[in-house]
Amino acid sequence: MKYRLKFLKSSLPLFECESRFTVYFREFLAGKNNCENKIMKPTNTSNPDYYHKVVDCQWACPAHTPVPQYIRLIAQGRYGDAYLLNRESNVFPGVLGRVCDRPCEPACRRGRLEDEPVAICRLKRVAADHRGDISDQLPQKPAKTNGKKIALIGAGPASFTVANDLAPLGYECTIFEKLSEPGGLMRSNIPAFRLPEKVLSEELDCILDMGVELKLNTPVESMNALLEEDWDAVFVGTGAPRGKDLNLPGRWPQEGAEPCENIHIGIDWLESVAFEHTKAIGKKVLIIGVGNTAMDCCRTSLRLGSKNVKVMARKPRQFFKASVWELEDAEEENIEITVNHSPKAFVHKNGKLTGMVFELMEYEIDDNGRITSQKVIGETTIACDDVILAIGQDNAFPWIEETSGIELDKWQVPVVDETTFESTRKGVFFGGDSAFGPKNIIWAVEHGHQAAISIHKHCQGKMLTGRLPNDVGMAPTKMGMFEWRYSNSFDSSERRQMNHVELTKRFAELDVEVELGFTPEQIATEVERCLNCDIQTVFEPSLCEECDACIDICPVECLSITEDAGEAELRDSLTASEKIDGQALYVSDSLPLTKRVMVKDENVCLHCGLCAERCPTAAWDMQEALIQIHHADDQDDNQKTGMQL
Amino acid sequence: MTSFTKPLIRRKNEPTNELGLVRSDYDGAMSTLCAGCGHDGVTASMARAFFELSIEPHRAVKVSGIGCSSKTTAYFLRESHGINTVHGRMPSVATGAIAANHELAYIGVSGDGDSLSIGLGQFVHAMRRNVNMLYMLENNGVYGLTKGQFSAAADMGSTAKKGAVNELPAIDPVALALSLGATFVARGFSGDREQLVPLIKAGLKHKGFGLIDVISPCVSFNDHKGSTKSYEHTYKYYNPAIHADYVPPTAQIKADYNAGDIMPIELHDGGQITLRKLENGYDPRDRAAAVNKLFESSQSDEIITGLLYINEDQKDMHEMARMEDRPLNAIPYEELNPGAAKLKEIQKGFR
Repeated sequence: MKYRLKFLKSSLPLFECESRFTVYFREFLAGKNNCENKIMKPTNTSNPDYYHKVVDCQWACPAHTPVPQYIRLIAQGRYGDAYLLNRESNVFPGVLGRVCDRPCEPACRRGRLEDEPVAICRLKRVAADHRGDISDQLPQKPAKTNGKKIALIGAGPASFTVANDLAPLGYECTIFEKLSEPGGLMRSNIPAFRLPEKVLSEELDCILDMGVELKLNTPVESMNALLEEDWDAVFVGTGAPRGKDLNLPGRWPQEGAEPCENIHIGIDWLESVAFEHTKAIGKKVLIIGVGNTAMDCCRTSLRLGSKNVKVMARKPRQFFKASVWELEDAEEENIEITVNHSPKAFVHKNGKLTGMVFELMEYEIDDNGRITSQKVIGETTIACDDVILAIGQDNAFPWIEETSGIELDKWQVPVVDETTFESTRKGVFFGGDSAFGPKNIIWAVEHGHQAAISIHKHCQGKMLTGRLPNDVGMAPTKMGMFEWRYSNSFDSSERRQMNHVELTKRFAELDVEVELGFTPEQIATEVERCLNCDIQTVFEPSLCEECDACIDICPVECLSITEDAGEAELRDSLTASEKIDGQALYVSDSLPLTKRVMVKDENVCLHCGLCAERCPTAAWDMQEALIQIHHADDQDDNQKTGMQL
Repeated sequence: MTSFTKPLIRRKNEPTNELGLVRSDYDGAMSTLCAGCGHDGVTASMARAFFELSIEPHRAVKVSGIGCSSKTTAYFLRESHGINTVHGRMPSVATGAIAANHELAYIGVSGDGDSLSIGLGQFVHAMRRNVNMLYMLENNGVYGLTKGQFSAAADMGSTAKKGAVNELPAIDPVALALSLGATFVARGFSGDREQLVPLIKAGLKHKGFGLIDVISPCVSFNDHKGSTKSYEHTYKYYNPAIHADYVPPTAQIKADYNAGDIMPIELHDGGQITLRKLENGYDPRDRAAAVNKLFESSQSDEIITGLLYINEDQKDMHEMARMEDRPLNAIPYEELNPGAAKLKEIQKGFR
């Protein structure tokens, strides 16, 4: 009894000396590794990129759309707010909710848990479809302009984004467009059965309503002439307008003669259909190429009366460039995709195209999925009435003179700064496909945002590189005992499948939208599939008493308390580490009792909040990370922190 | 949501054991104990041990008495057999079950109240009989379920949450087990899985009575300054003196220990326990040395843990009592119950 009491009376602060446990672990590890290892430093979660990266979808989105945040708004039925939040980053939620390339979906955390990611893109469309009247909450035309004049060339997503960012700040924006309608490839190349004209026009109109001038049927034919005019800055958003041709025997039937009218360049043909110059096509059509343009061409052909459409691919399926869902949609319409056929020649009879000769290919593919060798094993001729070439597109700037001071490289791609989007001539900026070659709409939007910041800085005479860095604000989510202001319980439902118009009905008109949108039931289920990756597990090591409750409750076993070590060893010590590149290991400061560290594998965490619910000392907390991405409008406001809704 | 459950989630590439089961197949119902309870750590360690040993859940039996610790049988191995018995009477129920079918893996879960107060008589006799089971004594020094009175395991001089000092000497289950001839005696700590999981595996594979006294802090009533069973105190005075690894019969012993540092002990199933001795000269097969070591360390305020004593040579209850080798449910009914006429005949023999 005496010694116990003595110990208690002496009441040494318990953490003062190193515990035996620590010594044991150190010895154990030293014996095990027998070498000096670099140990991991505590993670700095105040770095804005740290939590941003955990939100896989937002990190993957070129425009960094705060996906989980808008999905929560949809879950609350706040469609208008969800739309506006989307619009801040991606400007065209209605368009992108239908035709976005969806870099967010392959990145989705849900896809690492099961096969299918959250239907992020389709939920965006939900926000757009049900937004109601939000016109009073959109950026408004300013009472007076600031006198700065900006010329925007090409009425596509990039130019419209620049106008969207700059017009409310008082800039006088003028968009020049060679066609009779605005929208760029969103109008000319994306068929109306995927993107109804009304959806596109509404979103373009609300930018035009901010006081943006649109000059249609006004191609810019000389950059030098434009530069001589009184513009404070020029933005080029003319896309990659030249479809690649295929110079094979028979492409030009006779020297000097008119080119064959049954061989079409994909993007030009789609434009001609969109503007109703082309209204029919032959019964048998071959599409060369398997990118997304090819998918649009084959499906459009069906709607123009073709009975037999074949998509001809040079390589096997795993090399197809088209998005998986676009391939599925085409195949649903009974499009036949033929692999391992390499085009060799066009065949004509009596001056009319009758077919195409293909070489039959055979490939050897190694374990990494790369082609190591190929050989021709035969030849075949496939009859057809029309051929559509959809094998890519190039930049073309015939209207930019060499004397303009704008340098183009040997592929006719302008030399553009990757941060500021400024060309080699001061005050001339590029964005969208015209800047770095063909990408997609969401990249064009992001280029537009960045170019708008540069133009704003340029017009103020400031350094273009003096841009506000991203920051992160943390907001509590705890509402009470086991109660959070997000739906944290895991929902095991599978991805909802979009309903389509029946095959028999969809070919009646060219513009019958195939996808019907989600039903209320589908919305209710799909929003619950989102794991809320932006609600972060925030750990306060000084409160931890190492009871392991969080480790036990974690349904995916992503936590561990261990002696700090190098990253490879820490990953080994975790029960569930998946060792996928990309997501970090969170390492805490050393814990008070044993000086070990809390390690969390960000890769598998489901953000279910059970660690925070189970923690007896509230060392774990769930906090919403608000990643603040700055645009042109807040560049002058250094005080601005936290996202505003 | 007013309460929560742990969702069952199957991950891609989840590790499986020899049976193709994943770790979470060995989980049970959601724990209703206080968040941070040491018992949940013990539960998780048991689930992991059963998983790693690839024991089919339906080939395991969980038995327990009354108390916070005894509730935990619900929180692991959801697909095994189990019974919550009367307070302190778990050992006799377990004894009966083992007599009926000794081919299953038996795990008894009890606490310091259930085992050292009301059930002390049952506890010691189960050890004496060397009943073939693993007895987990989740020791937190208080009656948690009745709000924190001192238990018989509370150390002299330790204080209750409101300051009262315990003046009675503690019953040390490890000392008790050593004196009664239990054949596998160990002490662990809910905060050290690295040690506890191999101990549980070794205890399950040991033939005979295995006792693991697990320091398992009560976060609600015995986790304050002045407690000698708090997380703080245990982490500070913790000494994992002997580290045991269970090596299954087919596996090769890992060669990464320095020769001379390990002591292999053969088990009845052909497997081995390899002991990594962190202190020189200690032989856990020497009962006198174990007793010595235990009292020495308690003199110096140390909480000595690890496999302190093992005896593989002692017959277990089934063998000693020359009981039927076949499980009773595998014996044909006619043989098991030969009928009234046969009974009369047997009775005649005693007249």
